[in-house]
Formats: sequence, C-alpha cells, structure tokens
Amino acid sequence: MARLAGRRLLFAVPVLLVVTFGVFAIAAASPFDPVKAYAGTAALAADQETLDRLRDNLGADEPFTARWWEWLASASTGDLGRSAVMRQPVAQVIGERVVWSTLLCAVALVAAVVLGTVLGVLAARRPGSPLDRTVTSLSYTLEAAPAFWLGLLAVWLFALQLGVLPAGGLTDTASEQVTAGQVARHLVLPAGVLAVSQLPWFVLYVRQGVGDALAEDPVRGARARGLSERTVLLGHALRSGLLPVLTLIGSRVPELITGALLVETVFSWPGVAAATVEAATAVDFPLLAALTVLATAAVLAGNLLADLLYGLFDPRVKFRDM
Amino acid sequence: MTCDAPAAEPTVWRSYGTRRRSTRAVRVRVCAALVAVTVLAVLLVPPLAQLDQQAVDLAAKLRPPSWAHPFGTDDLGRDLLLRCVYGLRVSLLVGLVAALVAAVVGTAVGAAAGALGGWADRAVMRVVDTLSSVPHLLLGIFVVALFRPGVVPVAVSVASTHWLSTARIVRAEVLSLRSRPYIDAAVSGGASRRRVAVRHLLPAVAPQAAIAATLMVPHAMWHESALSFLGLGLPAHMASLGNLVQGARGSLLAGHWWPTLFPGLFIIVPTLAVAGLAGAWRERLNPRRRSELML
Repeated sequence: MARLAGRRLLFAVPVLLVVTFGVFAIAAASPFDPVKAYAGTAALAADQETLDRLRDNLGADEPFTARWWEWLASASTGDLGRSAVMRQPVAQVIGERVVWSTLLCAVALVAAVVLGTVLGVLAARRPGSPLDRTVTSLSYTLEAAPAFWLGLLAVWLFALQLGVLPAGGLTDTASEQVTAGQVARHLVLPAGVLAVSQLPWFVLYVRQGVGDALAEDPVRGARARGLSERTVLLGHALRSGLLPVLTLIGSRVPELITGALLVETVFSWPGVAAATVEAATAVDFPLLAALTVLATAAVLAGNLLADLLYGLFDPRVKFRDM
Repeated sequence: MTCDAPAAEPTVWRSYGTRRRSTRAVRVRVCAALVAVTVLAVLLVPPLAQLDQQAVDLAAKLRPPSWAHPFGTDDLGRDLLLRCVYGLRVSLLVGLVAALVAAVVGTAVGAAAGALGGWADRAVMRVVDTLSSVPHLLLGIFVVALFRPGVVPVAVSVASTHWLSTARIVRAEVLSLRSRPYIDAAVSGGASRRRVAVRHLLPAVAPQAAIAATLMVPHAMWHESALSFLGLGLPAHMASLGNLVQGARGSLLAGHWWPTLFPGLFIIVPTLAVAGLAGAWRERLNPRRRSELML
C-alpha cells in the first residue's frame, strides 16, 4: 500500500510540472501583459521608461520557460508570489481560505453520500415502483440543473421568502468574530446546494449497484436461507453494491471543485474557489496559477484516495497488481 | 426521465415489466418532441416573429408571468420568453460549435492513439490523463480569463476540455476492434494502414463517437452558462442563458423569482431531452449496456 502511494506520488510530480508549464505557456500565448496587470491603472499615467524598468524587473521579456523555472524555484521555498486583487501574498490567501473550502466540500460530500445511499437503496428495492420513478427522475433533473441556478433559487426560497437562513457570507455582517454557531448557520445553504448538486450521481450509482447486487446469487442464497428482507438488503446487497461507490468517491473531486466554484460565488463563501473566480475576473495571474495547480493537486490526491480505498474495501484487490 | 432500466430482475419481485416497456416508447417520443420544439423555436422564432428581444418597456418592468408575458418581464421590462429563446439560441450555438470541435478532435486523437498503438498511444493517453487532472470548469475559467472577452475563447475553452472523454471512448473502441477477425482479414488481404483506418475502423466507431458528441452539446451548453454566470463568458450584449441568470441576480434579491427560474429551465429541459434520446439510441445500438448512466 505504501508502495502504491509512493508510486502515485511519483506520477503526480510530472503531472503537476506539466500543468504548471502549461499554465505559463497559455499565459505566454495570450494577450495577457504582466506589466499592465502589475501596474494596474497606474500604467496609464506612467512614462515609458518606468514601464520598461518594471518590465525588466518582472522579467516579462524573458521567455516563459525562464519565468516558469523561476516560479518553480520560488514556489519550492513557499513563495508563490503576490496577489494583486487580494493585496496579500498568494500563500497567505490560500492558507486563510482553504479551510473554509475544505469545510464546505467535506460537509457537502458527507451529506451527499449519506442521502444518496439512503435514496439509492430505497429506489433499488423496488425498481419501477412510484418511489423509484420519482427518485430517478428527480436525480436526472438535478443532474441537468446548473448548481448556480439551484443556489440562487435556494437563496430566494430560504433566505428571502422564508427568512430562515442567511443568504451568504461566513458570518453575520454585524458580528466581529467568527463563531462556530454562525458559521454553521451560514454553512447550511451552500453545503446543502453543493450536496444536492452532487447527489444525483450517488443516488444513481447506489441504485445501480444495489439493484445489480440484488439480482446476484449471494442474495438469492440469503433469501433461500430465510434471512429477513432487512438483513438481505443491508447486509448483503448494500455491502457489495456500495463498494464501487465508496471507491469512486475520490474521483469525484473534480466535480466537487466545479460545484464549489459556482456555489462559493453564489453564496460569497470566503473559500479558495470564490478566490479563483475573483482572480480570474481581475486577471490576477499569480493567484490564478497557484489555485489551478492547487486544484490539480487535489484531483490527484482524490485519485490516490480512490485507489487506496479500493484496496482497503475490496480484499480481492492486491496492491502489488495495481 | 428514467433512461435506464435494471438488466435482470429477480423473480421474487413484483414485476412492473409491461408497464415500463410502454412508457419507454412514450418517453422517447416526448424527448424527441422536446428537442424538435427547441430546435424549431431557436431557428424560427427570431426570423418569423417581428419582436425585439431588447425592447425596453420600463412601465412594465418585473411583471410576474401573465398571458401577455408568459414568463414575465425582467428589470427593464423586456419579455423573458423572448429573451430565453434568444439566450437558448446563443447557448446552443456555442454548445454545438464546441461539441463539434471536441468530437472531431477527440475522434481523431482517440482513433490515432488506438490505431497506432505503442509509444504514440502511451504518450497521447498520458497527455489526456494529465489534462483531465485539471477540473474542466477551472481550466475553462483560466483560459477565458487570459483570452477574454468574446465568443471564440469560450467555445475554444469548452471544446479544449471536452475532447478528452471522446478520445478515451474512441480509443477503447478502436482497441477492441483491432483484434476482430475482419480487421485481420483486411490486413492479411493487403489493405494499407490508411485503408483499414478509414474503411473499417472509422465507420465502426462512428456511432459511439456520434453519441458522445450528442451528449456533449448539453454539457457544453452547461459549461458556457456556468462561465457566463461567473462573468467570464460571453459579453453581456450576447444574452446567453448564463448571462440571463447572472443579470437577474439583482431582481432575485428583490424577491422576483421569474427572471432566474425560466432561463434555468431552458437549460434543464433540452439537456434532459437530448440525454433521453441519446440513451434510447445507445440502447438500440447495444441493448446489453442499457443500465449505464446517460448524463
């Protein structure tokens, strides 16, 4: 297992290198000008000599490979550059915000797994029943619905019409401190919407897995032995049907990041995903590049998790073979 | 919109078999009708209806849905039904172009990787793996942020992130075809590599690639809407569905739900209809793979 993890980490290094290289290559091919981005509106008033000096200082005339190499060298010492839009070092922006994004995604993922399993099992119990039809059609509809649209409708319903939950942010505007109770109240809507946007995949997969397992011989044998329907469903069908779902959780990281990008923006949640959108809107290259690499690292970590979980839950898999 | 059905049901269960078979045909017809209505509306409404979607009527702003305005009006008094149809037109156009480019690139790359094999295959697949480790929407945001504004960056960014899945599907298909006897027969009959690829491999992978491309259209539409919603997509004067939702945020916070609700429905309904049709098509091609997810 340690060997597999080590091998995957070794594979992750070249991927991350290629992604950072690609980030700099795309930036070099685009009309984006680091000098103008750095100077902002001051560039309009500055004379050519100052701009040239700035260009020289920033190394904007060097080929992008050289700038990429410099970025890598300083990134390895923990210096990711400075974010213009946040007026902070990039490392600090990420450090302050990554906690909130992780919290949001973790709560949403757990909610989606639990709710998805319950609904999926209920639907798989009687395929074609009204309950199954309702759950399945609802899942397909939710899968097609954009997360930002669901978020906006949730704001309208829960914050404006019912007035039970806050519409966005991390804490109330009047409060000075971040307290756990306030964060929990503000977390309900964004985490709920993110969970609902991830839910269809889990429901449909659990339904599929449990449905298939119910048609297999072990279940038939269990029924023949006279075990109760409950034991058959939860002890036999769910155990084997849930296996593919559990192992695929790690590979849901890209969808989770996609959802977080939209949900954090809708709810002004102060996480890294909302910062990514802000960085993109303001063309804040240092921040955007660092966050793109961070997201890639998260995806790779998720893939590793999927492989490890697969080996842990399924004793038939030997890590040596992977 | 259940487009899948369990493969084999144990006999101890109550069987709903006959009822489901009849609803499947109905479902396909409903999906086909919805796709037809969507395409016709997008093609015919702008030239036929002499209505201006930009017509501002401040006296009738933010009216709830009524007979005169079935979807209500927005904060400038513009008719939302008309704006949704025009928005769908823009979104669908971007989606179609992006999906077409992605399908062509994906099929070419996947077929080349599968047909050539060896180190070329490994290299191409490594590139595909690397690219798919970056979340699609994030890559889209990155590209659009650096190249914006405009339609082309959006279409390119959506296309550049979507050819990966097609390439994987086509490559797997080609790999499974390569060991078939009729390919061996063609090779031993003296057919050139090119002839085998064009006459035998491409026609065989075409249906799979076509399904992948069809399913990619709503997905590309979704991506375009997400980018536009984030303010990184199409310029505001090209009102796509995402721009409409983004523009309605102010009205929503004032308590008016209709400018947000209807553009979203215009994304969901065509997506479900296309997914339903593609699912039925796939079932016909390969009845054993009925139980796969269609979205």
